[in-house]
Amino acid sequence: MPGITTSQSETPVSKSSGSRVLRRFRSNPVAIASVVVILIFAFTAGGTFLLSATGHDWPSNPNLTNLELKLLPPSSQHWLGTDNLGRDVLSRMLHGASISLTVGLIAVAVSLGIGMVVGAIAGYFGGIIDQILMRAVDALLCFPTFFLILTVVALLGPSLLNIVIVIGLVSWTGTARLVRSEFLTLRETEYVKGARVLGQNAWHIITRHILPNAAAPILVTAVLGIPDAILSEAGLSFLGFGVQPPQATWGNIIADGKTYLLDAWWLNLFPGLAILIASLSFYLAGDALREAAESRS
Amino acid sequence: MTSFIIRRLALSAVLLFIISIISFFIVTLTPGSPYPWGELNPKISAEVKANFRKKFHLDRPLHEQYALIMRDLFTGNLRSIKDDRPVMSRILERLPATVALNLTSIVISLSFGTLLGVTAARYSGHWQDALSSFIAFLFIALPGFWITYMVVIALVKGFGVPILGTNSYGIEFPNGLASGLDTLWHLLLPATILALGGIASQSRYLRATMIESLREDYIRTARSKGLAEEVVLYKHALRNSIRPIIAGIGMVLPALIGGAVVIETIFAYPAMGRLGYEAVLERDYPTLVALNFVVAALVLLGNLISDLLSAAVDPRVRLE
Repeated sequence: MPGITTSQSETPVSKSSGSRVLRRFRSNPVAIASVVVILIFAFTAGGTFLLSATGHDWPSNPNLTNLELKLLPPSSQHWLGTDNLGRDVLSRMLHGASISLTVGLIAVAVSLGIGMVVGAIAGYFGGIIDQILMRAVDALLCFPTFFLILTVVALLGPSLLNIVIVIGLVSWTGTARLVRSEFLTLRETEYVKGARVLGQNAWHIITRHILPNAAAPILVTAVLGIPDAILSEAGLSFLGFGVQPPQATWGNIIADGKTYLLDAWWLNLFPGLAILIASLSFYLAGDALREAAESRS
Repeated sequence: MTSFIIRRLALSAVLLFIISIISFFIVTLTPGSPYPWGELNPKISAEVKANFRKKFHLDRPLHEQYALIMRDLFTGNLRSIKDDRPVMSRILERLPATVALNLTSIVISLSFGTLLGVTAARYSGHWQDALSSFIAFLFIALPGFWITYMVVIALVKGFGVPILGTNSYGIEFPNGLASGLDTLWHLLLPATILALGGIASQSRYLRATMIESLREDYIRTARSKGLAEEVVLYKHALRNSIRPIIAGIGMVLPALIGGAVVIETIFAYPAMGRLGYEAVLERDYPTLVALNFVVAALVLLGNLISDLLSAAVDPRVRLE
């Protein structure tokens, strides 16, 4: 039966769009540099966490106070100086790194989860459901974001869990809008109409046919959301509603150091640089990813 | 256009209703004592507590509490738990400083964002483009309070510049002009730091739309007429690219007002963000609910104005 063989003849398998995006991403030196910086942060944070979990503190215990050594400038013993309680700033920053990265990742996971569900439902079903959900999004967009986070965290009590959940709960609106607009476009495509004609259920169509094709822009918002969350946590810490002492975070090292602003510059400079470099790397990586996903070549 | 404004106002009313419900429940459903003196203070008798609950309607069911708060908000009878003053006058006295700070910040971010975005688009693909992208991301990635401290160290240590409040303290100015310049001077630093994020996002948006515009035929025509490149860029291309930026100002407002909390705290600048921060610390929930309401109303107003403006600068936009 020649007719059937021609219709089923295999076309040469083209590279998936994912690997093309990855290739373009890898050819961008800024992207490589920022990913390397992110990996360095991740490995030092993870390494410090594992070391302290097994009882080895390097370079020293982040909560070890020694008032004889307070407010020492950077030296060979204390590379980044000591704070007002004589704690080693480098150790505190290394421990703070894992907190900042955790906040970024979990908050983004929460906001991505909510945003994708809301956006998918609104975009796929449309009509009155879409209207209701999008008005709720519009309403949330009118709230001053950081102030909303501050209010809820302050009233619930600042803990790591509360902070990541609240940041996630407040920042999903952008993702929801993006996912909705992708769905509005994709649900009109031939293959989605085809799947619907074949009688496949909504869940199958959304997860198998639409979401994979919207993956790139969603991934970009996720990467760009991580530094937003890190910066929000730093701002909360600064106002006294971040992760609570004695747990060190980059934000609360600066906040604790503000009293000694003019005498102990190292308490401000180094953690601030850490926040800056980490968020900058995520932003640059996210932007490079967006460029790689968008370019048509 | 009139019907556009009317429909927008109706939609705004719906949104404000949703917003008031959300902020009411956030404030009332979170655990914690509503009493300004703390739950377990032994010096406070049960009678005083009961009177307090009655005065702020805390003895009613939640939906009645909400209705009473909204009634009091609109009749101007809503009072702060902290100092028993009408909430509206507490908020309105912060309005001039808030509007001044945010408007200055928007003007700064628009002008520098435009400059950065046009430069990036002009040299698209060259090192100037890469540099301005890098500057944009640097600006977003800067923690506001940290860069403020760095600037404060530099200014205070280097130049002895006054930085706190809205005016220099303890100085009599000879005339209104000098006093006005002093106010402006106090406004400039917080507004600039607040504007960094806006500069970044606006330059990124503008870069994208400018690159599109620069491919158009009328740009080739303008260039072949022998017009100076600056005229082509800033007069022909920018005019056709600026609309999304202006329409986006309304979207920037929430981030601006929210982000201002930290900056206002550092600079002791008496605007709404700081009022909100104080209200959070004091669990002054009438102020919190009212403040969220007023800020949301300002944001909606800003959205409407920016939509009208974008129609004014671009005749292709039809308000529907």
